Amino acid sequence: MDILLQQVINGLVLGSMYALVALGYTMVYGIINLINFAHGEVLMVGAITSWTVAIWLQDVAPGLSGPVMLVISLVVACTVAALLNLTIEKLAYRPLRHAPKLAPLITAIGVSILLQTLAMIIWKPNYKPFPALLPTTPFDIAGAVITPVQIMILVVTACSLAVLMWLVHATRLGRAMRATAENPRVASLMGVRPDAVISATFIIGAVLAAIAGVMWALNYGTVHHAMGFLPGLKAFTAAVFGGIGNLAGAVVGGLLLGLIESIGSGYIGDLTGGVLGSHYADIFAFLVLILMLTLRPSGLLGERVADRA
Amino acid sequence: MKAPRRWMLWLLALCVLPLLLQQVGNGWVRIADTALLYVLLAVGLNIVVGYAGLLDLGYVAFFAVGAYLYALLASPHLMETFEWLAVMLPGGLHTPLWLVIPAAAALAGLLGVLLGAPTLKLRGDYLAIVTLGFGEIIRVFLNNLDQPVNLTNGPKGLGTIDPVTVFGHPLSRRLDLGFVELPSVTLYYYLFLLLVVVAVVFSHRLETSRIGRAWMAIREDEIAARAMGIDTRNLKLLAFGMGATLGGVSGTLFASFQGFVSPESFSLMESVMIVAMVVLGGLGHLPGVILGAVLLSALPEVLRYTVGPLMALTDGRLDPAILRQLLIALAMILVMLWRPRGLWPSPEHGSPAASPSKGAGA
Repeated sequence: MDILLQQVINGLVLGSMYALVALGYTMVYGIINLINFAHGEVLMVGAITSWTVAIWLQDVAPGLSGPVMLVISLVVACTVAALLNLTIEKLAYRPLRHAPKLAPLITAIGVSILLQTLAMIIWKPNYKPFPALLPTTPFDIAGAVITPVQIMILVVTACSLAVLMWLVHATRLGRAMRATAENPRVASLMGVRPDAVISATFIIGAVLAAIAGVMWALNYGTVHHAMGFLPGLKAFTAAVFGGIGNLAGAVVGGLLLGLIESIGSGYIGDLTGGVLGSHYADIFAFLVLILMLTLRPSGLLGERVADRA
Repeated sequence: MKAPRRWMLWLLALCVLPLLLQQVGNGWVRIADTALLYVLLAVGLNIVVGYAGLLDLGYVAFFAVGAYLYALLASPHLMETFEWLAVMLPGGLHTPLWLVIPAAAALAGLLGVLLGAPTLKLRGDYLAIVTLGFGEIIRVFLNNLDQPVNLTNGPKGLGTIDPVTVFGHPLSRRLDLGFVELPSVTLYYYLFLLLVVVAVVFSHRLETSRIGRAWMAIREDEIAARAMGIDTRNLKLLAFGMGATLGGVSGTLFASFQGFVSPESFSLMESVMIVAMVVLGGLGHLPGVILGAVLLSALPEVLRYTVGPLMALTDGRLDPAILRQLLIALAMILVMLWRPRGLWPSPEHGSPAASPSKGAGA
């Protein structure tokens, strides 16, 4: 029983990070119909930036407490990621907004590889240990353990989601975003500037990805140039799972995917009599993706996506 | 009839090329071999991406399927794993390549259809992600299927794979023709060249056929294509399956040529690289695709000789592999921004179709 509880806790923590990244995919897709392949790399840049800042702070201001350092590096990471995503959108995606469909997709893959390579050149390709900025003594809940980092991840995710919901549903910008997603031409007739809305979407997506990246780094204790690939891929799966273009769907999809992965990899060994081990964890996401696209392509909460090439 | 004569000249030049290269060194012929193998892959992927406009990011998975199939059927590995097999076949398992090629083509094609069937009816970009995921799944399996039963030998890969045998002569041994001596790499060169020519002719015939025209119609505007009575779903499936088939066949050649396969050769970067070849050269235009494949496969070799000073300058951060990746990424972005149809696009589709109501697709 406590093993199940442990897997549920791990799954929720993992899932909330997926949810943060999935929101970025879903928002961009909702507005410009582009799978932003480089989104996972934005997460990576956020994480490595925060690592750089944290290391630098430990060096110049060793008296600072861990949580303060964390907040500072998080803010820097979010800023850098936002600027980066804004630049990518301006330089690489905006000129192709009316190009044939394959063009922006290929550019996005190019950007993704470019960012990974640049990160490899700037920060070298080794795995860098992320400093433990929070206390590491775990808490005990009914036989399962949860670390302060995990608690913080859950809290930060919940707060980010609350802010995002407020932003999208209760502000002028949010209304403009929803209108653009619904129908960009009509929205622009109503006085919404699509370019500004798209830029804002990329900034918000980048901030969420950077937060997820810093959490990821804290939780796993390392950063490296390829760390964005798998979370990016899985977060996209989560977005499809929940119904792409749908914010609530991205969150539900992310949490469910985290749970499936964590519980699945926890039990796959027992279920298959040891034939398949937990290193098959990574294929759950893709199985979910393929099954979902076969059985219910619109996702759990999404609209129809089957037509329109 | 000027065109056939020009092609014959090209072919003749390509036949003489290795004889000149082997004078300089067998290493150069080997580079040409690799380039031909990539041309084969790029021509296969061009059917999927170039003609039908479907972005396949897991192409290397089909390549891996072919390579591992041949590696398993023509190396001592299965004998070591299953003792009863060794008892049954005391001479060892040496399936000839000519038997494995149809099997690999069938297996890869089947996998392609299985993967394509659920996804091809959806928006095109889902296919990119699903194929990417499929590529990763294959790699996870290749890496981990060394237990409980050692099928793939895990990350260590499979070695001592049989070379191809043509008319009883294994291509791994040099052939003395009397007036000229052909080393193993040159023999492989001619084998690959033959297959490339077959693939290019096949692909060209496809391009100008009813099916090819239908694919291009789908690529340009799927809704209009469907309105014209084209069965878009089955045709897309056909393109995807055919691309997969060619990928599987190339895989068997790769395994026999290298004599060794490991999961490392089938990473996502390889898939991206093949996509980059097709995109860079000219989506859907065979000469462009071939140009792209030759350029990008020769690139690392060129870099190996030129980046020495650059490496020293940047404190070893810019090694040839990293620089190659950097150039590929930049090329993909810049070509899409400035020449979305590639460096050598097909003439009749030169003017990009004005896309009318892109905004209505939200």
